[in-house]
Amino acid sequence: MTAPGEETGPGGDERRLHPVTPLRRAWAPVAVLAGWAVHDPDQAHRQLTRLTTTTLVAGLAVLVPAAALYGFLSWWCTRYAVTDTELRIRTGLFFRRTAHIRLERIQAVDVTRPLLARVAGVAKLKLDVIGTEKKDELAFLGEAEARALRAELLARAAGFAPGTAREVGEAPARQLVRVPAGVIAVSLLLVASTWASLAAALVVPPLLWLATHSLWTVLATAVPLFGGAVTSSAGRFVAAYDWTVSESPDGLRIDRGLLDRTHETVPPGRVQTVRIVEPLLWRRPGWGRGELDVAGSSNSVLLPVAPREIAASVIARVLPGVAVPQTTGLLRPPRRARWCAPVWWRGHGIAVTDAVFAARHGLLRRRLALVPHAKVQSVRLTQGPWQRVWQGADVRVDTGANRTVTARLRDAGEAAGLLRAQAERSRTGRRGARPDRWMA
Amino acid sequence: METGSRQDVRASGDEPVWTALPPGLLRMRRLLLVVWSGLTAVTAGVLLGLFLAPAWAACALVPLGAAAWGWVLLGRNWRSWRYAERADDLLISRGVLWREETVVPYGRMQLVEVTSGPVERHFGLATVQLHTAAAATDATIPGLDPAEAERLRDRLTQLGQARSAGL
Repeated sequence: MTAPGEETGPGGDERRLHPVTPLRRAWAPVAVLAGWAVHDPDQAHRQLTRLTTTTLVAGLAVLVPAAALYGFLSWWCTRYAVTDTELRIRTGLFFRRTAHIRLERIQAVDVTRPLLARVAGVAKLKLDVIGTEKKDELAFLGEAEARALRAELLARAAGFAPGTAREVGEAPARQLVRVPAGVIAVSLLLVASTWASLAAALVVPPLLWLATHSLWTVLATAVPLFGGAVTSSAGRFVAAYDWTVSESPDGLRIDRGLLDRTHETVPPGRVQTVRIVEPLLWRRPGWGRGELDVAGSSNSVLLPVAPREIAASVIARVLPGVAVPQTTGLLRPPRRARWCAPVWWRGHGIAVTDAVFAARHGLLRRRLALVPHAKVQSVRLTQGPWQRVWQGADVRVDTGANRTVTARLRDAGEAAGLLRAQAERSRTGRRGARPDRWMA
Repeated sequence: METGSRQDVRASGDEPVWTALPPGLLRMRRLLLVVWSGLTAVTAGVLLGLFLAPAWAACALVPLGAAAWGWVLLGRNWRSWRYAERADDLLISRGVLWREETVVPYGRMQLVEVTSGPVERHFGLATVQLHTAAAATDATIPGLDPAEAERLRDRLTQLGQARSAGL
């Protein structure tokens, strides 16, 4: 099983990952031991005192080479190749696994550089295709190699001839927005969840101490609560630091992160839905958060915070030919909808343009979702018994990123018309769409 | 309720031509209902009558009453199911209290599935299910005649290929 694969796939030579890769799981046994020690301190202490120097040395003499050998062999067995139509990844020491990822199906390409990887000068590359798993990412590649591979994959996916794909290089990018750090910090202070987690971390442990007087209980709750408070404030700030959205012929580029740098490229025509979320306290400065859904991708934030007009202009670049409907341009539900959703019925509204279906909901935290007609997979009309009494109905639009956009509380007749018209629009919406291979 | 061959049916205008489900599904569901509620009624009646007091055996009337009500509900539910093949999309309408109408353009179909469980097979029924790239798409037509299910599957697959649009 250690035999190197001499055979070369047609159209591409096989390459190996960066030699530091075996080290990436080196911390795992240490973490397991530490977790066990924290979980059961008495037992750990007893075991430690029983350890003699000889057993320790003997244990290390077996464990360290075994771990090193396993790391080396799994690195040796992992290789990848780029062919004209596919990226092939072969992994597995005992259980062989070959993943063939079709390049025209690429939904997005992510290059991430976690903090330690940045120190070592390596990067992870992941292709978002529907159905790919965590193990289909290429970790780790040299930084320059990762950048070159991304450019090559995008060029091949775009439809450049195989011979030229490697020479095309990186497409030039034009910066659209760069979010200032101050704005990110203020925006996080204006979100209720930040304060809620901080308050929980400050209030719950003292109360528990008063109630139980048990140090372990208090620590066991305080540590996760503080962890949650830090992730929801400082963690989000660090992740969103230096958020840059740029545009290139290869599609949309999102760069972000202070410690872990992430670079995402979403090729044209891959965005399924876009949302603008406006929390209550962001309404005064006029900010909104842009979110997007790409099938198979885990990231869903387009812009962590930006003035609404700028967010709208970025969305207009992401979905060409789409104008974000104004709040005043939305169609409200009929007045009798207040019997189905008292007070909250005012938050609902829809707008249908030539290019998108837009639905807004939420009264305090407004969410406006946009679906290009070409991305609609199916349309549903639902009506419950209470809604029927008030002649109302909901229209649900399903998209490929497993996200459903719902236009709630419409008039029943209007909803039936909307259902038919939306089915027609989503069918014809494809005609003007760009091909999967966008440069072909 | 006529469910013969409808190769010739094409929606010419905007009005969909609806097809109802064959009566086999209703027969199967009602039979299952009668069998299960009958068993529950007998067990409840015998056990309660023996161990508590003979008067308790009257509790057996509860499952029977529920079965009578279910008989009516099944009929209404079965009547509410219908589907229409239009030129470019498939319509499925169902539900009595909670109504749902689904439109799936043929071009968005990723997979058409025909399933038939042991009970369904005994009654000569099959279920056609359509999958699109959205998991929320719930386009299922139960209780079809196997020949009709296969015809539908082939037609949907053929139309899906002709109009394929992917994601």
